[in-house]
Parts: sequence; structure tokens; C-alpha cells
Amino acid sequence: MNSIQSDVRNFVAENFLFGEDPESLQNDDSFLETGIIDSTGVLELVAFIEDHYSVEVDDDELVPENLDSINRLIDFIESKLKELA
Amino acid sequence: MCGIAGIIRSDRQAVEQTELQNMIETLNHRGPDASGTLVSGTTGLAHSRLSIVDLSGGIQPMQTENGLLSITFNGEIFNHIELRAQLKQKGYQFKTHSDTEVILLMYAEYGPDCVQHFNGQWAFAIHDQRKQQVFLSRDRLGIRPLVYTQTATRFCFASEVKALFALPDVVRRVDLTALNQLFTFWSPLPPRTFFEGVSELPPGHSMIVREGQLKIWQYWSLDYQPSDENRSLDDWADELRSLLIHATQLRLRADVSVGAYLSGGLDSSITAAIIRNYTNAPLNTFSVNFRDKDYDESRYQQEMITELGTDHQTVCCSYADIGRIFPTVIQHTEKPVLRTAPAPMYLLSKLVRESQFKVVMTGEGADEVFGGYDLFKETKIRRFWSRQSDSKIRPLLLKRLYPYMKNIQAQSPAYLKAFFNIRENEINSPFFSHLPRWDLTSKLKTFFNNDLKQQLAEQDPLADFSDQLPPEFAGWNSFCQAQYLEAINLMPGYILSSQGDRMAMGNSVEGRFPFLDYRVVEFASRLPVRFKMNGLNEKFLLKYALRELIPESIRQRPKQPYRAPEANSFFDTNQQQARFEYVNHLLSAESLQANGLFQPAAVERLTQKIQQGRAIGTRDNMALVGILSTQILVEQMIHGRDVTIDNQTTATANPLI
Repeated sequence: MNSIQSDVRNFVAENFLFGEDPESLQNDDSFLETGIIDSTGVLELVAFIEDHYSVEVDDDELVPENLDSINRLIDFIESKLKELA
Repeated sequence: MCGIAGIIRSDRQAVEQTELQNMIETLNHRGPDASGTLVSGTTGLAHSRLSIVDLSGGIQPMQTENGLLSITFNGEIFNHIELRAQLKQKGYQFKTHSDTEVILLMYAEYGPDCVQHFNGQWAFAIHDQRKQQVFLSRDRLGIRPLVYTQTATRFCFASEVKALFALPDVVRRVDLTALNQLFTFWSPLPPRTFFEGVSELPPGHSMIVREGQLKIWQYWSLDYQPSDENRSLDDWADELRSLLIHATQLRLRADVSVGAYLSGGLDSSITAAIIRNYTNAPLNTFSVNFRDKDYDESRYQQEMITELGTDHQTVCCSYADIGRIFPTVIQHTEKPVLRTAPAPMYLLSKLVRESQFKVVMTGEGADEVFGGYDLFKETKIRRFWSRQSDSKIRPLLLKRLYPYMKNIQAQSPAYLKAFFNIRENEINSPFFSHLPRWDLTSKLKTFFNNDLKQQLAEQDPLADFSDQLPPEFAGWNSFCQAQYLEAINLMPGYILSSQGDRMAMGNSVEGRFPFLDYRVVEFASRLPVRFKMNGLNEKFLLKYALRELIPESIRQRPKQPYRAPEANSFFDTNQQQARFEYVNHLLSAESLQANGLFQPAAVERLTQKIQQGRAIGTRDNMALVGILSTQILVEQMIHGRDVTIDNQTTATANPLI
């Protein structure tokens, strides 16, 4: 598992999967559909991304396309890091 | 108000007075002024008194002259003066000036139907020796509590569960189905309570206990059949105004002074303004303020204080104040809570009591009855939305709904839309209005341990609730359906009990509710919906009818639901630790494991998240309050152990918190 994937999986497990087994979360599960992360939870995700990776998330990037699953988060973070580089 | 208790044996043995005394001693907070017991063979009644009407004459339990009828009663019958006059005309004679005697003689005249004549709030039991039965009744809306249980040899009832638990043969166990329902609907479905084998008599119901058999029936129900009268707005407004004024005047009847809560919101502003403008009663008002400005409403309170010229007092709540009083609060709620909001209400009634008042007028009920809650607006918007779910403009409407909620303001339209995601099957559900709240609350069940989850897997709380809906429900306007659900579930199950009766009685203060006068309620349920919610303008008729009494700023103020600080009351995020030892103890793995309800690892993750300041959403805050209050309740009422707050952690050493 690459480090972005493990960082993100760990963050989601620690902050949103309280009574569920972390293994049960698939990388392409929709957080909204499964109800794991609601719309205020998304703000916590954004805070994590900004703090952990030192990037800025614009208001118009706050969309499910970027944030609504482990895979989408990984893609989004990777593209933000590329922007910096 | 008062506390009541009683035992009805079915084994031909006499009731023991000491047992009645043990029961009634636990209800001392409800009636600190006097207490009494009355044993008549296999039936015993007990009473603890908060003297309000006929201070010298109204002693209880009370008997008729011939001793054939006796009563223990908690509450007030506000129209007792009119009923007494009617009975006197029929030849009845009275020994006292109390409303208690009026109930007894109304029962003598009309039997169980007597309750249809009462305008008030009550829980009482009448021992009828003529018919060898006990008649119990609870008021229409659930203002006063009444719980009961049956063992092998007897039927026992009381105002609160703690009185039942004073008896050695009453088993103490958590009702897991009730827990499941509470973590869905905020309250168990009646007649369940949080405790197995302990039931509550639902609002609007009466009961007869005879030869060990129970007969329970509903004597009154909410009915939203619309009026077919073609009336003008002013006509409706005139009737509303006079009903409310009369309801308030009736509720000032007391031989002690009556105070009023004044929160800064519309409803309590109305009751206070009516007292000032339509009665000669002095106006003494009380409110709660918060150090955390996100919750504080003092600015609006000050407007009404100035407008009315009242003698006003406040109690200020810090985070630590709430956390410190929370175990005592749960001792009184006798059920888990999902919000800390009851705690400041407890501190408020303490202030009232210390100011030498025994009675307060308060504005609860207006939101349910006149359509004030944001839930009703939300529901309207969601229905509107469901007709064109891809609209980009509609999510922006939602931002208008919640100007006071920072988190919602920060949402992007895409997420707001998802937040209100409406599935096909939801739009037609009778519970459409309440599904967002219930779905959110149900998420908390992730914290249940695996055994509990398995045991609950076959249960369907929504189906259980659906079974309780009356047949007329399906024919009501959808706005009225939402009002109904709120009025029979959240109002008696949380607002009137955990925030209302239990918090006021905890400090021996009686609350009175003009908006829950049954004539006001029946009037409001006939109102055309557009006079309740006009567009997105909530409580439209109420604001219109009372516009001369209330400043525009209060009428136009966005609704701010009463809220109190949540997780912050228990954890200091600056010092990253719990504020009190009891929090650490009851959320520890040992304690959680011992009670077998919640997963220790999951709770640990939650407390870490909270301590480190990462938990900003409603869900995490509700989870913390729900889990902690359940643990406190089990500790206090199942294990019978005190939860002390003697040992404070160093986090509370700072008096400025």
C-alpha cells in the first residue's frame, strides 16, 4: 500500500469508522452512500488534507468527485501535490 | 407540583406503610413541603407535596368525606374554580379550596370520563372502594409523568422510576429494545421506558386496575382534520389571541408567586408579554446565558426585558458548569439523552427556586402546535426539491434555513444537495419529515457492541412506530403529519420530560405551559396550514396575532433552537483531557465492558477525536452525550452507585472556563 493510501485509510478509520471493522471499507465505497462521512465530516477531511499535505483546497473543489471515496481522495491529493511540484 | 406513588396488591395482603414511605422518599425533590401515605387494605397511596394551591387545606393523599374515594395527584387543574361551581350547583359540598378535591368529586359524579372536563396537567390515581378499582390518568400531552410495573403479587406506580426501584421485588434491567428506539427516535416508543418491565402510561390515556388486570385506553387524541370554515386571517387571529390570553390567565392561578422563563425567543416573549399586558401579576423573569457566544441569546433577552420592564435574573453556564451537573441531570431524566440541553434548564430552575419561586410559566409547545421548528421548513423544502432533484438553485435555499449553523454555511452546493439526498421510497414514507433526524441518530448504533448489534438485528423500529400511527394519519396534510410526529414523540419523550418536568421538578419547581392548553392545541390543529407556515415564514398566525405585543426584532429574528455546548462540556480541547474524573471512569474500557453496551475501542477513538479538537459535527457530539448519559444511567440506576464529581481533573482548575 503506498503511503498516501495508508495515510488516508488510517485517517478515515480513526475519525469515522468507530464501530466498524476498517477492513470492511473498500477503496471505492462512496462515503455519502454508506453514510460513513456526512457533509460536516467532509470539512474534517479537508482540514486533514490541508494540514497533512500542506495544500490548499478551494471552495469549488469541495465536491464529491474529489472527496467521496478513498480512491477519489488519493487521486485528488496526488493531483494537488503535482500542482505544487 | 408533587410526587405520587402507590401499590395495589393482588394477593390479599395489606400494603406495608414502610414500603410506601420508601417509595415516596425518593420523590422528595418533587414535593419537599409535606408527605403522606394512606393504606386501605390491599391498596396504598403515597404523596409528596409541593404546596401551590390551598396551602393549608390541600393535604394528600385526600379522601372524600365517606372515605370511599381517595386520591394521590401530581399536577394542576386550572379550571378547578369553574368545575367547583358546577359541582356545588349539583349539591356537592367541599372541605377545601384545592383542585385535588375537585378531581375527587368530578370522578364521583362522572367516573373516568371526568378527565374530559379538565383543563390542566396531571398524573393521578384514585382508589375507588365502591368499585374495588384504582383509576389512573395522565394529561393529554404528557406534561406530568406516570410510570408503573407489575410484579408477581402487585401493581406499583409512581411519578418516577426511582420510586419503583425503592421496592426490592422490582427488577432493574436495561430494555434493549428501548435503547434501540431511543437511539433512533430520541425516546423509546410508549409504553416502553428505558427499563425492562417498567412502562409509562402514554399521554392522553387512562387506566383502570382491578383484580390484578389492567385496562388502558386513550381518552383524547390529536386530530388534524382541517376546519371547513371560511374565515379571514383576522378572525383566526382574534380567536387565537383570546385563547392564549385566557390560557395564560388560568395558569396564573396559584397561592404562591409565578415567575416566567424568558429565553429571547418568540414563545416565551409572548407568555411574558401577556402576563405584563393582560394581568395584574408581577412579572419576574428568568433565563440562561452561555459563556460560549455561539449559544448565547442574551441580546434578545435584553430587548424583551427592556420592553416589558421585568425583574429579570440569569444564570450563566460555562462548559464546566454543564459537565459538573450532568450526572445529577441524568438522575432526573431517568433516560439517556442525546443533547446536553437539559443541564442548563436544571441550573435555571435552581435559580428560580433560590429566588423563592415555586412556579414558572414557559413557552414549550408553541413550535409543535403552531409549526415553528426548522424541521417543518426543511421538510417543505425537501418535498419541493424532490420534484426536480438536479436543480442547482435549490441547495442555496438550504443555506437560508440555517444562518446560525457555521458548518452548513461552509458547505458547497454539491454537498448540500447530497446532504438532503432523497431516495424514491422516502418521499412516500409517513415519516418523510423525520427520516433525516432518525437516520442521523441511528448512525450512533455503530458504537453498540457486536452482541448487542446481533440481538437488535431483527428489530425494525420504524415498523414499530408505524404500528402506532392512527388510521386518520394517512389522510392528514403532510405538514400536519410532521407536527403530529413531533407532538407525540419528541415533545413528550424529550422536550416535556428530559428538558421540562424532570429538570424543573429536580429543583421543586412546577412548570406551566399556556401553549399546551388543550383548547389552544385543538384550535391550532384545525388551522389551515398556510397560517402555520406561510412560505418559509414559520408560526405565521401566532406572530400575526400577537404582533402588537412583541417587538418586530423578536418576531423577525431567525429561529434559534435552544442548544447548549456538547462535547466541550466534558472535554477540554486546549488541555486535551476530560474535565471530570467521572468522564474518564465511565468511558474507560473496563466500565464499558462491564455494562456490555458499547465497544470500548470505538469509544476510545471517539474520545481521542474529541479531545484533540477534531470533532466538529453533530454526529460525534451526539454520540458522546448519548454514550456518556447511558453509562451514567446504568451506573446510577441499575448498579445503584453514585456518580460523584468530587474528583475533578486539573482541567477544571481554571475558573475562567
